[in-house]
Amino acid sequence: MSRTLTYRDALREALREALVGDSRVFLMGEDVGRYGGTYAVSKGLLEEFGPERIRDTPLSELAFTGAGIGAALGGLRPIVEVMTVNFSLLALDQIVNTAAAYRHMSGGQFSIPLVIRMATGAGRQVAAQHSHSLEGWYAGIPGIKVLAPASIEDARHMLAPALADPDPVLIFEHVGLYNMEGELPEPCVVDIRSAKVRREGKDATIVTYGGSLAKALQAAESLAAQGIAAEVIDLRVLRPLDDATIMASVRKCRRAVIVDEGWRSVSLAAEVAARIVEQAFYELDAPVARVCSAEVPIPYAKHMEEAALPQVDKIVTAVKGLFG
Amino acid sequence: MIEFKLPSLGADMETGTLLQWLVKPGDVVKKGQVVAVVDTSKAAVDVEAWQEGTVAELLVMPVKKIPVGTVLATLLEPGEAPGSARPAPGPAAAPAPLAEPAAPSEAAARASRRMVSPAARKHAQEHGIDIDSLTGTGPHGALTLEDVERAARQEAVAKPPVALGDKTAEMRRAIAAAMARSKREIPHYYVAETIPMGKVLAWLAQENMKRSMTDRLLPAVLLLKAVAVALVRFPELNGLLGDDGFHAAPKAHIGVAISLRQGGLIAPALLDVGAKPLSQLMRELTDLVKRCRAGSLRSSEMSEPTITVTNLGDQGTAEVFGVIYPPQVALVGFGRIMERPWAESGGLKVVPATTASLSADHRVSDGHRGALFLIELREVLQRPEELDR
Repeated sequence: MSRTLTYRDALREALREALVGDSRVFLMGEDVGRYGGTYAVSKGLLEEFGPERIRDTPLSELAFTGAGIGAALGGLRPIVEVMTVNFSLLALDQIVNTAAAYRHMSGGQFSIPLVIRMATGAGRQVAAQHSHSLEGWYAGIPGIKVLAPASIEDARHMLAPALADPDPVLIFEHVGLYNMEGELPEPCVVDIRSAKVRREGKDATIVTYGGSLAKALQAAESLAAQGIAAEVIDLRVLRPLDDATIMASVRKCRRAVIVDEGWRSVSLAAEVAARIVEQAFYELDAPVARVCSAEVPIPYAKHMEEAALPQVDKIVTAVKGLFG
Repeated sequence: MIEFKLPSLGADMETGTLLQWLVKPGDVVKKGQVVAVVDTSKAAVDVEAWQEGTVAELLVMPVKKIPVGTVLATLLEPGEAPGSARPAPGPAAAPAPLAEPAAPSEAAARASRRMVSPAARKHAQEHGIDIDSLTGTGPHGALTLEDVERAARQEAVAKPPVALGDKTAEMRRAIAAAMARSKREIPHYYVAETIPMGKVLAWLAQENMKRSMTDRLLPAVLLLKAVAVALVRFPELNGLLGDDGFHAAPKAHIGVAISLRQGGLIAPALLDVGAKPLSQLMRELTDLVKRCRAGSLRSSEMSEPTITVTNLGDQGTAEVFGVIYPPQVALVGFGRIMERPWAESGGLKVVPATTASLSADHRVSDGHRGALFLIELREVLQRPEELDR
């Protein structure tokens, strides 16, 4: 059985399920209540669950993220929504110095079962303060888990295990995915530990996540027509990385391209490339390649924004470059 | 720290293929112990350690083709602790001029180093494929796993006939290279002397009467021993000529030219011939010929000759003038022992005799000394009983 719904609807269903199922769960963030969420994810929830559990907050990421940490310490299960990852930098102190560190600093006495959702990525012409992909930065911080749902099923089902996790979990929702419509298989169980092969192949591995997954799959389709069977891996979990799935694919295909909407330098793609070289060097038939965003603040103009981002043709070119 | 390098197992050897290690890290090795098997273009050769020590690290893994002089392994000297400093660099060279470092151009890197993908290199090593002979189809012409796999499949199909042909052809090429180098670089001079062999043969007949069938001596052994004895007074004929000049050898390690049934020849050494009794030399010669033809020689036998003797034996011609095997500086040839008319004291008689020739390097010795050596050799062979010491 399966049914069709949008990524946004899948996220809302997941929130609703959590609010219904556990009275400790509440949602807070900028415009999540009366406005229904900047990306309309929480539309209708205020009416159903009331202002105690769907809380509009002042424009201070530091304050409401800190409040979420306090609530988690106090026994609640807060879901904090940050409008975009760009704004989350204002809450970086709370996330890195408090949420990620408390279990360690308290000798295991305190844990912070906090879920922080945020939008990430470009493609909607909202320019340099709303379009960056900084999830790779968070993927380097010990003490938290970082998720990147790129499919309808992950949008629908990653929240429950994230809430069940005793430590902070960050969920990055790519802005280009909210309107994506797709089939949701039912019943459906997902984990927040593993990467997933989204398309099988044998000639080259394309490792990607989030908003770039659809582009990678399109590139694989185009490559198939040219005789190259690309395998596409959706990382899903950016921290901790599922090395086993990546390496199994690289060992099979012997070539790897990493597609990451983050900036190239010191990116998540750089980390994946380093791990491939560390763990599968002798299986490689070509240098590891990366398709990342241009190292510029993401431009407003549509053609320039498109030029700055990983695109299907760039992925195809990168994969073909691994062959003679 | 001792660096164990791939020795030259003959002047014509530029590379060898490491086939097998017979030691592992932590093993204590003695000088002369066989530690590895290396395929030269001529034979699979047991390679010996030159110094005593404990194996620290094996740096090259079979099956791999490497140039002569490549460090194959490191050994700890007796008493040396593991992890101690690497060998100090050699004498300080003049400080290099501080040249502007060239920008590392990708094209230059490609030109200087063959591009072989890690997967291809690993597969080639595991299957003993020579990557130098393959053409790459990967990015920028890099050799890929698929290229190696294709070669492996072709080799598997074509192996039996090609392998034999290859080996013979390879040896032919190796001999050609060494001999061409010899004739190109070495100004040979030749002298010859007919040597009566009556006394030797009579002594041998008598000696062999006393011996069991298997212990009997062949004339070749006395000839080898006589050469070693005669060389004592002619050090300029026994040794190696390197870039830094001629080094006379304190002992006579005689390379014995042995022809192989499939064609080609090898000239492995009988070590320190002058110091060994005839019985022992006979045993060693028999063993050497047998192992030579079986293809199981030891490295020192291949690399240590300080002079070569070629003996055409029963089926040869009356005389032979050989080509010196570099970096040696002399070669002694013996023709067939046969009856010849011999004029002596105004009379004529028939005696068994052989013609001994000397090909020698004029850069190191002169014809006069070469002639005196052959005279000495003739005289030594008139006192065969003194050879068995």
